[in-house]
Amino acid sequence: MNDAPPAHAPPRLVGERVPPRLVGERVPLIDGVEKVSGAAKYTADFTHADALVGRIWRSPYSHADILDVDVSEARALPGVVAVLTGDDCDVPFGILPIAQNEYPLARQRVRYRGDPVAAVAAVDEATAERALSLIRMRVTPLPAYCDPKSARAPGAVPLHENRPGNLERDVHHQFGDVDAGFAAADIIVERSYACAEVTHVQMEPDASLAAYDAERDRITLHTVSQVPYYVHLKVAQCLGMDTSQIRVVKPFIGGGFGHRTETLNFEIIACLLARAARGRVRLKLSREETMITHRGRPRTDVTVKVGVTRDGKITACTCETVQAGGAYGGYGIVTVLYAGSLLNAIYDIPAVRYDGYRIYTNTPPCGAMRGHGSVNVRYAFESLLDEIAREIQTDPIELRRRNLLRAPLRTINDLMVESYGLPACLDYVEQASGWRERRGRLPKGKGLGIACSHYVSGAAKPVHWTGEPHAVVNLKLDFDGGITLLTGAADIGQGSSTILAQIVGDVLGLDLSRLTVVANDSRITPKDNGSYSSRVTFMVGNAALEAAKNLKTLLVAAAARKLEAQPGDIECLGEVYRVRGSQDPGLPFGAVVKEALAESGTITVKGTFMVPRKYQGGSYRGAAVGPSMAYSYAAAVAEVTIDEDSGRVTVDKVWAAHDCGYALNPLSVEGQVQGAVWMGLGQALSEEIRYHDGLPVAANMIDYRVPTIVESPDIEVKIVESVDPNGPFGAKEASEGALASVIPAVANAVYDAIGIRLRETPMTPDRVLAAIERHERAQRRNRPGRAA
Amino acid sequence: MAKAILTLTLNGRPREDAVSHNVLLIDYLREIAHLTGTKMGCDGGECGACTVLVDDRPRLSCITLAHSVAGKRVETIEGGARDGRLSQLQRAFHERLGSQCGYCTPGMIMAAEGLLRRTPKPSTEEIRQGLSGNICRCTGYTKIIEAVRVAAGDAT
Repeated sequence: MNDAPPAHAPPRLVGERVPPRLVGERVPLIDGVEKVSGAAKYTADFTHADALVGRIWRSPYSHADILDVDVSEARALPGVVAVLTGDDCDVPFGILPIAQNEYPLARQRVRYRGDPVAAVAAVDEATAERALSLIRMRVTPLPAYCDPKSARAPGAVPLHENRPGNLERDVHHQFGDVDAGFAAADIIVERSYACAEVTHVQMEPDASLAAYDAERDRITLHTVSQVPYYVHLKVAQCLGMDTSQIRVVKPFIGGGFGHRTETLNFEIIACLLARAARGRVRLKLSREETMITHRGRPRTDVTVKVGVTRDGKITACTCETVQAGGAYGGYGIVTVLYAGSLLNAIYDIPAVRYDGYRIYTNTPPCGAMRGHGSVNVRYAFESLLDEIAREIQTDPIELRRRNLLRAPLRTINDLMVESYGLPACLDYVEQASGWRERRGRLPKGKGLGIACSHYVSGAAKPVHWTGEPHAVVNLKLDFDGGITLLTGAADIGQGSSTILAQIVGDVLGLDLSRLTVVANDSRITPKDNGSYSSRVTFMVGNAALEAAKNLKTLLVAAAARKLEAQPGDIECLGEVYRVRGSQDPGLPFGAVVKEALAESGTITVKGTFMVPRKYQGGSYRGAAVGPSMAYSYAAAVAEVTIDEDSGRVTVDKVWAAHDCGYALNPLSVEGQVQGAVWMGLGQALSEEIRYHDGLPVAANMIDYRVPTIVESPDIEVKIVESVDPNGPFGAKEASEGALASVIPAVANAVYDAIGIRLRETPMTPDRVLAAIERHERAQRRNRPGRAA
Repeated sequence: MAKAILTLTLNGRPREDAVSHNVLLIDYLREIAHLTGTKMGCDGGECGACTVLVDDRPRLSCITLAHSVAGKRVETIEGGARDGRLSQLQRAFHERLGSQCGYCTPGMIMAAEGLLRRTPKPSTEEIRQGLSGNICRCTGYTKIIEAVRVAAGDAT
């Protein structure tokens, strides 16, 4: 399966003329030259002499009722053009239609340190800064709850009126007969794990440039979004403007990883400021503000219980998660649902019960982060599998093999799995890491660990369900012989524009020089739901594939007219169209275009993609989160060294195999998998958002320990191609699925190295040393007779 | 704040500008010289995205006063290309996917340029040390190391 070409890829033509292949090739990013030359323009790079400087005044309190916000002095300061407070916008927003409980600027209540309270637009930085210092807020402080335990305690003040006990959402799902499953088990193991809150730290700080056209009452917004369409909707909603009067442009984006998958408060604030100032406002957030805007992976406590038979077959699983969601809804409901639904669709587990609790806390809101919802549960589950393998004295890879799925199938919670490359992933990492020969034979302090993971290739139900196709791509072909690909898919560095161009070029047999991608300008490009849930390659890729086929049909028809042949007899060789089998030189592409345009003028074709109903999940409450047309699969082996004196864990090497269905661009797939695995290593070893009385104490890139190049091991990637029946050319997602496996792989390797189980992330030296000390104390207690 | 004339060589061309004494080099480059290739990624000296070369040495332009480089040679990412063609490092970062979102890339390439001028054939360990002040959040660094090795003629 690994090395064979995908079964249904178009056959490569044999003969003297072969159109270039783009799909399956190591194509550098089509916008890479701009990135390495410094020409790429990101939001903060648009400098305008007339742009005012926007700034946000943030709450110094974690939780308080606002008595009043006095901005009179700030407003009177010369050079200040606009000052806004919560009084200026009474429309709440939120990414999920059912959980809109956030205002652009706080009204009546502040709920975390850093909650935006007021905003200014001024002629320059110094004036804006001075204006902020003149803002006063009087409050009645309320008790602050920075962890789920205190937020859920009896008598705790609810952060939101309609949420007693600060319970944002609880989920209770049961599929299969769990009691019977445990009754059939020979061994039942239950453990609890804790994962610290982590955040995206995309390299580009948040920024928006909003321009208000007072003559026409219109707004143009350049912003750092992964979801320009959702930003468009929320800006219209909060400003009370018709969507047709708003234009959203996404320039180059310096990464996202989920930080930008919802409309963020500063984007709406920039627009409110621009309208109030009747001009252009540039709002750049500092790194600290960006890390307070946050919406990353919540602190999660996970308890997993798994029953297995003596020969290693899983019979049942229960899982409870408690997530510290932060102050507002955001994507929280989706996160707590993903955590449960993706217990399934990786192994064959006949019965699963899930209890999830999403709790409001007085900390910055959490939300979506790479591997959304699945990562912390996967860490717990895969760690527990390692414990079980020890218990039943079975190799952990072998234990996983005994519980593999047999695709195609529909899981007990109604997920459709039609391609499944996990077996090949396991085979590869076992062989490449020298697992059989080396495990258990490494020097003291060194160990190997394995774990697996998976992820969706696009959520089958979009956030805003409208009944429209999930994706639309337009192609324009004009007199110049150039093809313009119009898409709303947000390239945030993952290379989506490149993939779409490869697909279109490949179908038409053209190289990239004839193709231009125009992305993300709501005035020009078709609507797209955005870059989240790893949907773009699968969904927008399929739409691009259809659009290219539609264009090819028109071109073949034009060539047939010109060559006086039947369309079925026309052979498309990209730059040449000819009658199949003839010795004619055929028609050059330019002549075919001329003939096609003579019929209809400038050609615009469309491709769309829709997820069929059968993939959209079951009908129970919460069934919309988890379903996807395809799932990626990954396995990782980590090799670690532990210094027992310092508690430091060093990852020496990672072998990662990822089943992406088919690698449309192997160079990009490798890059995405390496990036995902490395981000998982950060969560495993060092990354942690910490609060002191609700004050973020690591909101910078020194104290929040993103691994540097010195601490980052070589990551060897194997691409596994299971060829999904529904993906474009068989492709599935490549950038999220591999993240989760590496965290438990490291934890399992630590156990292999020193015999100590770490059930908490990140595995920092202090935690490792504490675990070693606990372990040694326990050993001393178990050895009576030794002198104390 | 009083202004003074700042004279320097920027990407090989002499320049003179009236610049306040408290202006940082990054703001001079971006707002006055309109070279926005140099990026701000943090609140000062944390991430390396703003790295430029001053007399061939990597410097963090976000914690450098513009006037402190008076009379010196300053090079930014925009100065890399010659006759419109990418430098070897730029080409290697492009072709080997050492750049994904591209935001750390200008600083990363300038730090690598400084490294290769000091150490034309760096070992992998020397590459790691030379780029240790530059954070990338996309690549996991594997392809960055590969790109630098290719540019140094050490790998194909």
